[in-house]
Amino acid sequence: MENKHLFKSGHTACAGCGQAIAARLVIDAAGPNTIVANNTGCLEVFSTKYPETAWEVPWIHSLFENCAAVASGIEAALIYLGKKDQINVIAQAGDGGTADIGLQALSGMLERGHDILYVCYDNEAYMNTGIQRSGLTPFDTNTTTSPIGTQSTGNIRPKKPMPEITLAHGIPYVAVSSAGYPQDIQRKVKKAISIKGPKYIQIHVPCPLGWRHEPNQMLEVAKAAVETGLYPLIEYENGVLISKRQITPKPVEEYLKIQGRFKHLLNNPEEIKKIQEIADNNIKKYGLKIEQVEK
Amino acid sequence: MKEFLEGSRAVAEAVKLCKPGVISAYPITPQTHIVEELASMVADGQLKSQFINVESEHSAASVVLGGVAAGVRSYTASSSQGLLLMGEVIFNIAGMRLPLVLTCANRAVSAPINIWNDQQDSISLRDAGWIQLYAENIQEAADFHFIGYRLSEDKSIMLPVMVCMDGFILTHGMETVDIPEQEKVDKFLPAYKPLYKLDPAEPLSMGLLADPEYYQETRYAIQETFKDVLKMLPKVSKEFNVVFSRDYKDLLVEEYLTKDAEKVIVAMGSVCGTIKEAVDEQRKKGKKVGLLKIISYRPFPYNRVYEALKNAKKIAILDKSVSLGAYAPIAVELKAAFSGKKKVPVISSFVAGLGGRDITLDSIREIFRKLNQKEVTLEFIDLKPELLREEYGE
Amino acid sequence: MFGPLIVKPVKSKGEPTGCWRVQLRPKYLQKNCIACNMCLLICPEGCISGKEKNTYNSNFEFCKGCGLCAKICPKQDIEMVEEGAVCVVKKETK
Repeated sequence: MENKHLFKSGHTACAGCGQAIAARLVIDAAGPNTIVANNTGCLEVFSTKYPETAWEVPWIHSLFENCAAVASGIEAALIYLGKKDQINVIAQAGDGGTADIGLQALSGMLERGHDILYVCYDNEAYMNTGIQRSGLTPFDTNTTTSPIGTQSTGNIRPKKPMPEITLAHGIPYVAVSSAGYPQDIQRKVKKAISIKGPKYIQIHVPCPLGWRHEPNQMLEVAKAAVETGLYPLIEYENGVLISKRQITPKPVEEYLKIQGRFKHLLNNPEEIKKIQEIADNNIKKYGLKIEQVEK
Repeated sequence: MKEFLEGSRAVAEAVKLCKPGVISAYPITPQTHIVEELASMVADGQLKSQFINVESEHSAASVVLGGVAAGVRSYTASSSQGLLLMGEVIFNIAGMRLPLVLTCANRAVSAPINIWNDQQDSISLRDAGWIQLYAENIQEAADFHFIGYRLSEDKSIMLPVMVCMDGFILTHGMETVDIPEQEKVDKFLPAYKPLYKLDPAEPLSMGLLADPEYYQETRYAIQETFKDVLKMLPKVSKEFNVVFSRDYKDLLVEEYLTKDAEKVIVAMGSVCGTIKEAVDEQRKKGKKVGLLKIISYRPFPYNRVYEALKNAKKIAILDKSVSLGAYAPIAVELKAAFSGKKKVPVISSFVAGLGGRDITLDSIREIFRKLNQKEVTLEFIDLKPELLREEYGE
Repeated sequence: MFGPLIVKPVKSKGEPTGCWRVQLRPKYLQKNCIACNMCLLICPEGCISGKEKNTYNSNFEFCKGCGLCAKICPKQDIEMVEEGAVCVVKKETK
């Protein structure tokens, strides 16, 4: 039985790659009338090594930081041709290509109000170049440029609040999803595509190589991030929080202990406390805790 | 129709006649007037273009890359810092074989920051795979945009074109220019028919990763295409002349009284106007001098230059840019043109006009005088010795 | 002209990645399957297909053996078993 995926097998992603799953779910949800502008990164490299391409839709890669600007040009061209109503435009990048080097182009695109869906695949480091720290690397993570040592417990900064930053631009739709919840990705992408204007979806995509876990643990890692409150799955429409995935909060150790990149924290209660604080703040801010209703 | 226009306005009128669908630029002196004029035309409905105000030149170039990749003729303009900021996109556009026209309002490069004219900015990107045409006056600056699109979008070329015009001198100067009628432009420049484009009806992937097994051939292909550009420029010039009755000969060089000249100055851009005056002056005194104006800097017309200069005894090259630590940019090409030839004239290299320092008739007379002396490897003209005595440290 | 490396979508499916599997492969028991489609959604290779209950299977030309399908199946109807098959890689000639 032939699959009608728009992102085909035969790409060279690592086994169990969260980003490969998310990328396929996104483009399948968007449909064949979509043009994609992709930044440099794992996804671009493993899906389009000449002479092969995994993409069944028109797809363009230019540089590391400009997919939002390239997509803006594509959108402008489609408007000029009178075709924008029939064709979706997606700009996609990793966390580095979004929060760091690509932030300027993204901000410009959001500010100008282009009808583009921007997808950030957040694997929390520069994975393609070898697991270096990015602006979306969580606090205390062991990466190659924020390594642990006698003087360090890893990355000294918390994640840059990208969803809040995009929300502050006043765009009609901002959502956060996770590769552990494939149907959530599909729903949010379909919702975003139906809205006119700039949209931002950030998808948490575990990286077995960079996060140091087994490929088949991708699901439990992704779910643990959500269930500890460290990665809230939220959804905003026109600046109003319209949905959040509610949880029965698990202690952050449940998430940290299944990944090698946090191994060093397990006998460090002081650092775990700091991370628990981040989770608790999220739970409070978004009201993530499922309240027991008294009968 | 002949009008007395500011250079930037003339260029904007020319771009308007080319009907680009996507325009995107970031303001930088001295390009600003071009883009402001275009914005005005769009606001008045004279030009049905998508005008995208971006947050940097890097994005401006990326927007027009996306625009032309989606199958729509696009346009941008920049200078100096802006051109260098879009540097990696410049290489990208040529490497992806996307047709485009970019106006470079030539301006000096920081540091120190200087907003006045020299040609360092476009010269610094000479390796990128763009066709580079240098305008002497505003008419050329305007005309090279029609020629630029015609050349760039030719299916056998598919390389972007940089139209270089000296900042302030040409962008803010005013001349009588012939702005042609739309029908004539349409005759010379048909609508853009993409060889490839992003379209869900026919999906394709652009900008793939090329490992060592595949990369080298793409570079070779561009190098070979530049040979075709050398052949195509004269053809396009002929077509242009038929429609607009302006003859740019082979669009590679302009020979001004070089046939019997013993001394020739080689230069590029607006300074050629001044040099022509100096040449006329010398000729009146009976001196056999001439000017070889370079129009196409990339591809560099080595054979054509050799043919034009082979009988000269002394050649002075006037560069309005430097390649710090090496010989001057045009001088290097000239020396290469004569490399391996039996009879090599005295080739002297002069650098002048950096950071907008005025090149006067006196400067040119000085160069003709210096040609009587020994061959000059590289000399800066019109230096101020009192400035060079400043010392730091201690 | 050797062009700008523009590629139309692969009509054939690209280099088969099935030989990446070294240890385990999914075995579809096809007994308790409820056709929830989750295995199809989660496969990073997108190589699982199926429609009705108990019809799901992987395309072993591309399956890398990550084991996510087995993990996600709510009915534990997929088991990861030892890989014993010989890897057959079909090289596409251009």
